[in-house]
Amino acid sequence: MRVGVLALQGDVREHTASLTALGVETVPVRRPEHLENLAGLIMPGGESTAIAHLLTTSGVREPLARALEAGLSVLGTCAGLILLSREVLDGRSDQWSFAALDVAVRRNGYGRQLASFETTLEVVGLGAVPGVFIRAPKIESWGSDVEVLATHDHGDGVFPVLVREGAVWGCAFHPELTADTRIHELFVSSLVDR
Amino acid sequence: MSPESSSTGSQLVKRGLADMLRGGVIMDVVNPEQAKIAEDAGAVAVMALERVPSDIRRDGGVARMSDPHMIQEIQATVTIPVMAKARIGHFAEAQILQALHVDYIDESEVLTPADEENHIDKWDFTVPFVCGATNLGEALRRIGEGACLIRSKGEAGTGNVVEAVRHLRTINAQMRRLQSADASELFALAKDLGAPLPLVREVAETGHLPVPMFCAGGISTPADASLVLQLGAEAVFVGSGIFKSEDPTRMAHAIVEATTHFRDADVVAKVSTGLGAAMRGAETATLEQRLAERGW
Repeated sequence: MRVGVLALQGDVREHTASLTALGVETVPVRRPEHLENLAGLIMPGGESTAIAHLLTTSGVREPLARALEAGLSVLGTCAGLILLSREVLDGRSDQWSFAALDVAVRRNGYGRQLASFETTLEVVGLGAVPGVFIRAPKIESWGSDVEVLATHDHGDGVFPVLVREGAVWGCAFHPELTADTRIHELFVSSLVDR
Repeated sequence: MSPESSSTGSQLVKRGLADMLRGGVIMDVVNPEQAKIAEDAGAVAVMALERVPSDIRRDGGVARMSDPHMIQEIQATVTIPVMAKARIGHFAEAQILQALHVDYIDESEVLTPADEENHIDKWDFTVPFVCGATNLGEALRRIGEGACLIRSKGEAGTGNVVEAVRHLRTINAQMRRLQSADASELFALAKDLGAPLPLVREVAETGHLPVPMFCAGGISTPADASLVLQLGAEAVFVGSGIFKSEDPTRMAHAIVEATTHFRDADVVAKVSTGLGAAMRGAETATLEQRLAERGW
């Protein structure tokens, strides 16, 4: 099974290491042709504005949009979640997203770097999982078809932090920054080899 | 989960932001207009400062932390992380920058050092720090003091990549030496490097720094970015190289593209074409002040 890791910018190495630890073959995706014959794709953490810019200049944006429409399985963490969202709040005025996941996210919704935090999350089917949030996006609203797999109580309300809508997974935190590979395993186990 | 069980300022959280900046370009900017150009071009962060290094070099005098108002204006303009510089050892400037909620503090040799003995105790802060290094010992001393990101120093404000290359190659060669050493040699090697033994052991085992390593100082073309990334840097800081070039917008775009596709010479060739003049640059042998010698 080959899983792509969008490798334009961000913590590509950590995602690749998590997948490799699970025995999954990885493909760094930087050009349109790298999208061919993937069982799934991970969109890593990084800066969503930079990755969005590089998606356009690399020519990956259009073929990836088509692949998502055709049902490509994808897991977006942090910046990746922002890029998959239906609506981005507090983004740049020209910020676009793939609208593959029916959620509205607020960029840096938990605050700037000083407010970045780690905590323990309760994930449906997995139990306690470490959650590392770096200038993380906050999922502020979500559609009825979106399954909420984990939430976080930040004092000002309880918000989803791991969601799934069919083949599209969104994660506000960074499972790839810890040695715990169960979130990746959950995603990989949902993939159909092709 | 109750909110009390969350913690801020951990090493994982502080290093985590550096991990997110990998494969990106951090651009020096002196006003909101430049910050906007940087973000539009795909910068992963901006460094807010009053004068770019080449102007600091030209003007002379004491270079200090920037005016908070200017940093706040830039924070209000862009959505990407905003970094700012404090003088080496000037923990009060760092406290101010933390109070301003900057995302990263650069304890930088580009500013005039405030303490000739001690660097800032960076463990004391919630905000993460980046520090420069010319060799492995210096890098590990900074990490020992709590730095969460290392950048090779290069020679800022010169537009000349030669020192950046020297520093990266030195750090790489010293890491390879540690990897080939047996356990009993590491004590003497740690002494020679002037570096904490646990960090020396960690590098000997993993072959890389415990924190990300970026490159700064003298990068002024897409080819320079490609060069230092192929030498092992994981991201680049570009100071004078963008806004002292003939066409800053194009140069910014081109360096961003070259950083992502640094191994793809076709892409680097394409973005290097018709860029206009890079910053003029200086031969480092004739410099009166070597900034890289600040810090120890």
